[in-house]
Amino acid sequence: MDSMFDLVPIWAGIIGFGIIMYVLMDGFDLGQGILFPFARNEEDRDTMMNSVAPVWDGNETWLVLGGAGLLAAFPLVYTVFLPALYLGVFVLLAGLIFRGVAFEFRFKARTSKYLWSWSFSVGSILATFAQGAVVGSYIQGFETENFRYVGGAFDWLTPFTVLTGLGMIAGYALLGSTWLILKTEGKLQAWAYRITPKLLAMVVAVFIAISIWTPLMDPMVKARWFDQFSLIWLLPVGALLSMVVLVRALIKRQEGLPFVATMGIFVFTYLGLAASKLPYIVPPSYTLWDAASAGESQLFLLIGLLFVIPFVLMYTAWTYWVFRGKVKAGMGYH
Amino acid sequence: MELDPLFLSRLQFAFVVSFHAIFPVFTIGLASYIAVLEGFAFKTNHPTWTILSRFWTRVFAVVFGMGVVSGIVMAFQFGTNWSNFSYTSANFLGPILSYEVVTAFFLEAAFLGVLLFGRGKVPPGIFLLSAILVAVGTFISSFWILSANSWMQTPAGVEMRGELLYVTSWSEAIFNASLPYRFVHMALASFLTGGFVVAGVSAWYLLLGREVKANRAALSMTLWLLLFIAPMQAWVGDLHGLNTLEHQPAKVSAMEGNWETKSNVPLLLFAWPDQEAQTNHFVLGIPGMASWILTHDVNGVVPGLDQVAREDQPPVWLVFWSFRIMVGLGLLMIAAAIAGLILRRNGAVYTKRWYLRSLTFMSLTPFVAVLAGWFTTEIGRGPWLIYGIMRFEEGLTPSLQGWMALTTLIGYVVVYAMIFTGGLYYLMRILRDGMEHPPASEQEEAPEHRAKRPLSAVDVPFEEGAR
Repeated sequence: MDSMFDLVPIWAGIIGFGIIMYVLMDGFDLGQGILFPFARNEEDRDTMMNSVAPVWDGNETWLVLGGAGLLAAFPLVYTVFLPALYLGVFVLLAGLIFRGVAFEFRFKARTSKYLWSWSFSVGSILATFAQGAVVGSYIQGFETENFRYVGGAFDWLTPFTVLTGLGMIAGYALLGSTWLILKTEGKLQAWAYRITPKLLAMVVAVFIAISIWTPLMDPMVKARWFDQFSLIWLLPVGALLSMVVLVRALIKRQEGLPFVATMGIFVFTYLGLAASKLPYIVPPSYTLWDAASAGESQLFLLIGLLFVIPFVLMYTAWTYWVFRGKVKAGMGYH
Repeated sequence: MELDPLFLSRLQFAFVVSFHAIFPVFTIGLASYIAVLEGFAFKTNHPTWTILSRFWTRVFAVVFGMGVVSGIVMAFQFGTNWSNFSYTSANFLGPILSYEVVTAFFLEAAFLGVLLFGRGKVPPGIFLLSAILVAVGTFISSFWILSANSWMQTPAGVEMRGELLYVTSWSEAIFNASLPYRFVHMALASFLTGGFVVAGVSAWYLLLGREVKANRAALSMTLWLLLFIAPMQAWVGDLHGLNTLEHQPAKVSAMEGNWETKSNVPLLLFAWPDQEAQTNHFVLGIPGMASWILTHDVNGVVPGLDQVAREDQPPVWLVFWSFRIMVGLGLLMIAAAIAGLILRRNGAVYTKRWYLRSLTFMSLTPFVAVLAGWFTTEIGRGPWLIYGIMRFEEGLTPSLQGWMALTTLIGYVVVYAMIFTGGLYYLMRILRDGMEHPPASEQEEAPEHRAKRPLSAVDVPFEEGAR
């Protein structure tokens, strides 16, 4: 570090914030695609899509910003993760593109509507699975040599990453169903209330499996959690509490709290993951500081971002505010 | 057969970037056109300008949307296929590319929404301002991309320490030697693209006798614009070429198909460059003309490919022919613009069917010319990824195997073919739908209850006959 001060923690915060923003926001709209095949009828599908139509593309711009931001601030993450997940990245991007195009054209289609419904659903599921596999690969670690990925083409596709991929599908579906509880009413909402406990059960199962598997696989993680009792135990406790809150809110038929509680599950799990692995960002070898770009490069971009991010957040908040309230059947946001 | 990850990665990059580039090139020009239309509408209050602006804003929304979707892949391809290049150049390219994303993000968040959905809901002055700021924003966005590309052509402001490049001067790196020429050349190319598409579509409507008044106005104003821009582009292109001669002489030698350093170099109209034999076959040229263009003296000495070691030469025939396609189409565009001026007398420009028909076909030429121009400059940089610093093979992802690159290449071709077919088909629907209907949405829907995505600005159904 030859610059005056260390920007790495600030940048880790920004990228970390961007990732969880992306996961929470694109999560519930990818969730609609995951739930699509199980929806009761076409009218419900229209309403589900309408409930996310005003916001989904804004949600996805966080992903592009994340990609470019990583290249700028932590280039090593960008240049190891992307080659290591080469085929997974293709699945992710192809899935997102199909889904985006389907989104636009389904609203404008009549006879070809079912085709766009399928694209929307398959694209969402593939993209979600790939995102889960990215998380799994991060936990697994990467085979590197001299700052370069040297592993194989399918290192990212192991039983463990398949589990995290499926877990992500369950998790996004849960975000999606609690979003529907918040945003819809009548039979669609009742359906969402019915499927949410099942989705939560799946999320809990994967949560427990990963929590047992990870320390068995990675001695560093094990040492961090079990060598001495530390405050990081508050994080899984927070996740469990969120689950309890979710169940109670479902029993009481509350509308807003289930979604908030689900976001809580995600945030605490995410922080727990960070607590397990950081400062290793390209495990097992490289830390945030190894992966960081030059101080002057981080500073150069930071100036622009500090100006733009508040603006984007305000705009995002405003969009959600404008589209607050229930989505009714037949109300078109197309 | 041995699958070469380097060749396949280059092919994939060329495919994705070519496919993506045609959208922004068009939207940048179209954004300025819409801003001008809004300016006229604001000043004269004449409905013609509003009809035109409404229509072209719908087209803009679809093309912008397709540009965004096809651009997502670009943000990741540097890492998947060119990780060594990304790793080495991240200190400069990372912030620059991020600034492009940030600009686009900001633009979309702030002003695009107003332009697409704010008509009649915000004061006319604010609406005009948004249209202008969207146009300005597209230029700022392209500025960053062109800065990054120009830096790869004429790197400056960095030094290599170990394996990494560090920025020593941001201003030198961003405003590198070829940026001003490339930026103006591309800006004019965008205007030409927007201009010829508008002219072609207007001509097509005139052939069908639809919305004659508005389309005559549109055709007239774009033909005036093209009359100035098309020749100006030739002049700027020439300056760009001289700049390239100074900084990347091998590229100019390949463009001219000039193997030998000598005076009185002919301008080749036709030739078949033979890299093996380091010579041309079937040559047809104008004596001394290349010397005159490049040195402004028929006896001027022009460097040839003999100055460059064989392994440092770009593939000559590709550069040579891409360049000729670009220049040929450029000359055709100038001719079309001048023909328009001549036909203006007694209004033949609006009625001569052969002219209107050829303008309709001409609307495709700028896209081909732009791609040919990019092929010239990108292939002509070869074998360098960053000129003089890093070669193509050094920038490739080390873990990438041939079959992986082939899989994603085929994958992207399939995905893009589907988007492109869908998008193009839908654009055709919008064109056939025409300017006659005012968009239903503006009358029926509650103003704030609309999605703010680009394509939500368009309410033409996907299939025929559904309106």
